[in-house]
Order: sequence, then C-alpha cells, then structure tokens
Amino acid sequence: MRGWVLALLAALMLSRPAFAVDPDEMLKDPAQEKRAEAIGKQLRCPVCKTESIEESDADFTRDLRKVVRERVAAGDTDQQVLDYMHARYGDFILLKPPFEPSTWILWLAPPLLLMAGGALAWVVIRRRPAAAEPPALTEAERAAIEALK
Amino acid sequence: MTPELGQFALVLAALVALAQSIVPLVGAARGDVRWMALGSSAASLQFALIALAFASLAYAHVVSDFTVVNVVENSFAAMPLLYKITGVWGNHEGSMLLWVFILSFYGMLIGVFGNNLPRGLKARVLAVQGMIGLGFLAFILGTSDPFERLANPPVDGQGLNPLLQDPGLAFHPPFLYLGYVGFSVAFAFAVAALIEGKVDPAWARWVRPWTLAAWSALTLGVAMGSWWAYYTLGWGGWWGWDPVENASLMPWLAGTALLHSAIVVEKRDALKSWTILLAILTFSLSLIGTFLVRSGLTTSVHSFALDPARGIFVLGLLIAATGGALMLYAIRAPALKLGGLFQPISREGGLVLNNLLLTTMCATVFIGTLYPILLNAIAGKTVSVGPPFFNSTFLPLAVPLVAALGVGPMLSWKRADLGGALARLKFAGLAAAVIALTTWYFAHGGPILAVPALAGAAWLVGSAVVEIAERIRLGHVPIAHSFARAAALPRAAWGTMLAHAGLGIAIAGMTGTSLWTEQRIQAMRPGDSVELAGYQVRLDSVGPVKGPNYDADRATFTVTQGGKPVAVLTPERRVVHPQDQSVTNIGIRTNFFADIYAVIGEPDPGQPGAYVTRLYHHPLVPWIWIGAVIMVGGGLVSLSDRRLRIGAPARRAVPVPGAASAE
Amino acid sequence: MRRLLFVLPILLFVGLATYFAIPLVDGTDNSVIPSPLIDQPVPTFDLPPLPGREHGLSSADLKGQVQIVNIFASWCIPCRAEEPVLMGLSKTAHVPIRGIDQKDKPEDALKYLAELGDPYTSIGMDSDRHVSIDWGAYGAPETFIVDAEGRIRFKQAAPLTPADVKDTILPLLAKLGTK
Repeated sequence: MRGWVLALLAALMLSRPAFAVDPDEMLKDPAQEKRAEAIGKQLRCPVCKTESIEESDADFTRDLRKVVRERVAAGDTDQQVLDYMHARYGDFILLKPPFEPSTWILWLAPPLLLMAGGALAWVVIRRRPAAAEPPALTEAERAAIEALK
Repeated sequence: MTPELGQFALVLAALVALAQSIVPLVGAARGDVRWMALGSSAASLQFALIALAFASLAYAHVVSDFTVVNVVENSFAAMPLLYKITGVWGNHEGSMLLWVFILSFYGMLIGVFGNNLPRGLKARVLAVQGMIGLGFLAFILGTSDPFERLANPPVDGQGLNPLLQDPGLAFHPPFLYLGYVGFSVAFAFAVAALIEGKVDPAWARWVRPWTLAAWSALTLGVAMGSWWAYYTLGWGGWWGWDPVENASLMPWLAGTALLHSAIVVEKRDALKSWTILLAILTFSLSLIGTFLVRSGLTTSVHSFALDPARGIFVLGLLIAATGGALMLYAIRAPALKLGGLFQPISREGGLVLNNLLLTTMCATVFIGTLYPILLNAIAGKTVSVGPPFFNSTFLPLAVPLVAALGVGPMLSWKRADLGGALARLKFAGLAAAVIALTTWYFAHGGPILAVPALAGAAWLVGSAVVEIAERIRLGHVPIAHSFARAAALPRAAWGTMLAHAGLGIAIAGMTGTSLWTEQRIQAMRPGDSVELAGYQVRLDSVGPVKGPNYDADRATFTVTQGGKPVAVLTPERRVVHPQDQSVTNIGIRTNFFADIYAVIGEPDPGQPGAYVTRLYHHPLVPWIWIGAVIMVGGGLVSLSDRRLRIGAPARRAVPVPGAASAE
Repeated sequence: MRRLLFVLPILLFVGLATYFAIPLVDGTDNSVIPSPLIDQPVPTFDLPPLPGREHGLSSADLKGQVQIVNIFASWCIPCRAEEPVLMGLSKTAHVPIRGIDQKDKPEDALKYLAELGDPYTSIGMDSDRHVSIDWGAYGAPETFIVDAEGRIRFKQAAPLTPADVKDTILPLLAKLGTK
C-alpha cells in the first residue's frame, strides 16, 4: 500500500524540466506555471514520436501548451485540464494510460506477476525436501574414523 | 571496385555461416572430431569476411563514393571525417552490418579462446552462432544490402542526420551491440546445453565470462546513450522510456538476472532450467528490440526508416531463433536434473529474489512498451504508455531490490542467518540513516522522495564496502593481515563490490537530477544576468560562427559565484547543411557533483536583440554516468578473475559443485 | 503440472508473435490518432471572416444539411496538393465545403485562395488554433463530414486524394444525405 503511495508521489515529483516552452508562453505566477508544466508532461505530443508537449518544439504543440496554460489560469484543476484534452484527442494524448477494462492487464500485470513469480519460486523451492542432514555415521564408520586419528 | 568486394565477401560469409551451422552440429552428434573442429575455422573465416565487408563499406564512406546508395543517403562531401566513419553505422543497413560484424567477432573469439570447452559443446555453440549469423546475413543480403549501387551517382550526398553528427555515435552503437549481440553467446550455450541434455556447474563457469563481457558492454552502451541524450536534447533529460531505450533496457535487466542466477548454477548446481530459460530470453529480448526498432511498429525518435517487409523478415528470424529455442526448452528442459537444495533464507534465496524482482521489472517494461501495439492489434484501441506509467510501476520494484542487494552478498549458501547478516550490516544501515537525515534536513520543503532514494543509494554503497570489510576481517585482525587478505581476494569479489556500489552512485545521481534540478527560462540581452542555484550566469554576447558544414549563433555565458569566475560556456544553435536542420549545441560545465547547463535559443520575436535562453542546474547528474562506469569497471574486474581463464573442471571425470568456490 | 510450466514460455511466445504479425501484414498506420469526436456534436465556436468577406464560420452554420469541414492553411504544403481535389469535390458533391484557416496570416490566405481557387462556401480564421484543437486536429489538412443534425460523422487527418473522394467521401455523403 505504501509502495503505491510512494509510486504516485514518484509519478508526480519526478519532473524533468521543460525544454520547449518559451518565456512569453509561461504564466506569470510561478506556482501556476509549475502546475501547467506538470500537466503538460502528462500530455503526449500528437505530431512527435514519444515526447510530451513540454518537450516538443513543434509549432502545434506550442498552441497546445498555450491552451493548457489558459485553462490553468482560468482555474481548472489538473484533472479538468487533462479531461479537456482527453475529450478532444482520446486516450492517445494521455501519457499515463487510464485505468479501465482495456488497460487492467497493463496496470495489474506488474504486481500480479510479482506475486505469481514469488508464489512459483516459493512452491518450487519448498517442494524440495529441506536440506537433509547427511545420514548418521554407523558404528563401523565411527570406528574407522577413530582408527585414522 | 571495393563495394563489389564487400558485396562478394558478404555472400561468402553467408555460405560459411551455412557450413558453420550444419557441419559442427552433425559432427557433435556423430562424435566426428574434424567436423566439430570446422566450427572454429568457419567462425574465424566468417569474421574475416564480414570484417572485409565492413571495411569496404567504411572505405566507400570515407572516400565519399557516391555510387553506393548507402553513402549517398548518409554522407556528405564536406562532412568531418569522424562522422563519415561513424555514419557507416548511423543508418539501418550499416548498423545491421555492424550487428553481424560483432556477432561474428564473438564467434571468432569462442573459436580461438574457447579451448577449455569440451569439443562437443564448443561445436554446438558455434553451430548456433552460425545459424544466427546466417539468418542475419540473409536478412542483409535480402532486404538491407548496404552495397546497392547507383548507375548515375549524384554530385553530393544527402548528409547524415545532424543529431547523429556527434562523437556519441562513435561509441554508443558499438558498445550497445557488443552488449546485446554478445548475449547471443549465452543463448548459444543454452541451446547447446539443451541439445546435450546437460547443465552443470562447469557449463555455468564457461558461460560466465561471455555473459559478463556482454553485460559490461551493454551497461556502457546504455549509459552512453543516456549521456548522449543528456548533452544533446536540450533539457537535461537522460531517460524517456522511449520504446527504443526500453529495447536496450530489457536485455540489460534480463542479463543482470542471468549473471546472478548463473552464480547459483555454478556454486550450487541449482536453478538450472531457470538459468537456461533466462539465457534464451535475454538474447530473445535483444532480437525483439531489433525487431521493434526496424519494423515500424513503434514510433520513436530512434526508429530507422519504416519498412514492413523488413519487419516481417526480422519477425521470421525471431520466430526461428526464439521459437526454436523455447520449443527445445519445452521438450528437453524437464529432463534436467534438479540440483542443490536450499532454504528460502540463504544466498540462493537472495539470488532468487534478485531474479524475481529483475524479471518482474523487465516484464513491466516489456508490457508497457508493447501494450499499445498489442492492444491495437487485438482490440483496435489506441492508448499511450509513457513515463508516468513506467515511473509508477518500475520504481516501486526497485525499492525491495535495493534493500535486498545490500543483504544478499552477506548471506551464506544453503541456509543463512538473516539476523546475523543484518547485524553485520549495521554500519551500512547507519550510513543510510545519516544520509536520510541529512537529506531531510537540507532538502526541507523539497520532494520527500529524495530521502528514501538517497538513503537507498547510501545503503548500496555502504553494504558493498561492508562486505569487503567483512571478508578482509577489517578491525578483527591486524591491519597488515587485512591488506594481505584484500590482495588475495578473488577479483570477482571486488567486481561485485564495484558493481553494487556503482549502482548506488548511479541511483544517487538519478535522484539528485530528477528532484532538485532548477531551471531558468527567459529572454536575455547581452549583459543580462540571471541567478541560478547560487551562481550568477551572465550572457556576454551572441555572434555568428561558421563550421565545416554548419552556420551557427554562438553565445558566450560567464558563470560566477560570489563574484569569482567559475566557467565560460559557449552554447550554439546550429543550422546544419545540406538538410538545413537546426540543432542545439549545449554548453555544460561540470564539477562532477552538479552540472550547469546553458542553451541558447532563438532570437526573441518580441524583444529585438534579446534571445531565449534556458539555463539549468542539475545536481548529482554526473554520478549517473560515473556510477555506470564504476559498474562497468566491476564487470571488467570480475572478467579478469584468473579462475575464469584457468577454465572449468573439464578434465575431471566428475565436476564437483561447490568445491571450486573459496567463498 | 511441472511439464506445463516448461511449455508456457513457447505458448506465450507464439501468442506474442501472432500479434506482432497482424499489424505488419495488415499494414496499419499507427501514427493516425482515432478521434473521440465521431458521432459527437460539433464544438461550439465562432470564427471571424477573412478581410474583405462578410461571413466567417460558426457552429450555427453547421446545422441543417450535410456539410464538409476542411482545416487548411497557406503554409501547409500538403494542403496545396489537396486543393484541386477539393475544387473538384465542390463541383461534384453539391454539399457546402466550409474552411477553417489554421494559424494563417490573412494576406497569405487570400493569396493562396486566389492562386489555387476557392472551394469554400465560407471560411473562418482560426488564428490561435483553439478551434482546431477543439476539433481534435493535430495538423493540417484535416477533413470532417458533419451531418444535418450537426454531428461529426467522419474525420480524415490526411490530405484527400481522388481515391478517398471516390471510395469514402462520396458514398458517405450519399448515405447521410438520404437520411
């Protein structure tokens, strides 16, 4: 459980700085600008390969960034801005895939695989008899050892 | 003239590969010594022929022979010589030639240096190498021939992508390929073992150096790719979870797991069928990576030109190699005898946990990378899987791995005392706690995640040092004795220490730059100054410069701290000919603890005389690559361990598991 | 049971390889983003006209009959290639073609239309791309078919070719027109 919370924190806080945003696009309020950047990092650039709109310097993405900033300045929450873009471009534009039936396998696979793998490893290891002690020495063998000493 | 020579050499190499695939295999089944020995000669001959082909393609590039299509598409008369040479592998056809060159190089090395291997095994390994080589040579000759000619050569070439005109291209692909093509050796050993029906500690001892070499090269290759992205792309990003980056990470994760599980086979004759499966999977991941990059199925900044015909051919190779090996596994692996027994809390148990976590991490990256393709193929739906997904799923798996990494080497084989191990690690724990508190104190108000991440890094470094200290009984015996013990320690122990500590340093670097980077983006005029992380950065001037194949605006920044000059940075914004493509050349100043990173952008349209400038301070970022280089060093130190070269107990009648280890 | 575990890897691999093969053999282009706006009402907007013209384009104009909406710009090279196809369509299809001029300078737009012809019944100037973004566009040219109730029924994010017109556009217009 805690791991999940940490992971969410990681997702929010592992921010890389933006490249392509221009000074004149940036919002005056630094807190709002930071929010807009964080939201932009979650939106995929539709005309690039795999960058977010914050990293692309294509002309089209400049306007997408402007729309994000306008919505933030207008008071939308982070989720509302993401929903705004989602309504227009669909699942494609969200770099974090939504959690819905078609993506259950994607999201649940890592923890499920870990548990299944762990269970498998446990069963396979445990199924072997515990490390057996070597059979006790017989009298004759004990005597032989004494003789050698 | 030379391109024809190269073409001919490739065709011959394919024929030699064909012979190498069949003759030694039949020889091993029949016990025919001469046929088995053909494997080595064929491998050396194949290498020589492919080297000749590679040299002739390189020659064509260097002399700008524009009758060769590959040169026209990727070179330019005025391009600097370094890029003419490195440009040979900066395109699909040339890089495939590099691929088979390295494959045949490893084959040749096995032939020449594999004299401690039993004849039959060596023959079978070389036969499998031969089959892989044959497949890829057929692919090259069939769909990606670098020696295609033009009847009417143009006056000049189209030039190499400006982003590739960088020293990074000289190193990143070759090391990357030495890595993931190198895992073909472990694959070949696994298939050979399945054919023979036998996996024993000797097998693991023979496989180890090849796996270590490939792993070290891949670690270096991935690290160089990350460094190259950092100093090229313009914002200090060093990992994007791009499909092609992931394609190199997956074999690395599986290869690391393989290195570790092979230790259990070697020392305890256990985990045999799992290790064989891992060896097959690691190289298969390399093949899947090759497939993804060149098939057009994933869109990526890295992808070579899309061509479904090539994709289908590579898929065919993948099916033949991986499918064949896995089928063999399904049939033969159940017959492998179960090996040594162990308790869950033991060195073996720790290595099983290591493998479990690494494999799950690899599977996570695999599913995340392929999900969009597979979902689209199955359900027609489109979805994007980007950094937020990987960060949420991959990173939490790293946490238990880091914790376990410290404890694992301290556990004894077969049955271990966890409490005792933890007690012996108290200094490492203390180091981690101190770092945690220090971080929390100084980074007040910053991201809370820094605390556990840096504590984890300190734990790794601390525990690696403690393990060595334990072995040399530091503090328990006179210092001279400790030194003597240190000198006598097997190199593999030092290798382990370096690799684990290096990982810790790299994690510290990743944490520092991810969480504490500062950026300043603004329009500046010459004379303007900006404060950044305690430094003053002043733009002195911006002026035009001309290079061999580019025109640029060059800016000069002076960085001072408390009035004292610290550095002068000269980033450029270049327009490279003939494509007239714009690239940024970034000014970086590093003191190996943090980087100051300056980018000169376009002139500001709103303010004449002003330019958009982006300035960054990346704390600890150099540690990412320093840590990686230390890991590679660890791999090389382990590789130089005499025991690996003395060779396996091949001459003994019955290999004795566990006896060879002095640990 | 144990044997089953050994067979699992090859089975998984066969599944994987099959699903790799499908898009390769199909030739799906995965750079096309499917639109969530199909069957949705057109976004609300009101765009100003080109200089010298009386009417721009607004969402109110897009009700009452089946219409084509085309996003274009004078700086967009594939749009130039598409122009003749649109001109032809405007003559054969008998449906209004409405234009959204994306991020263009008015003088450049007028020059473009004078040079290549004007197939548009009316044009709205989308100078900041906001309306294009509302339509889920990610470049130019893009073509939409809107039905009589004002719902988007079709989108193509690539230039129209004569084959597209014959195989897709005209049949769909006919189908929507008869409803």
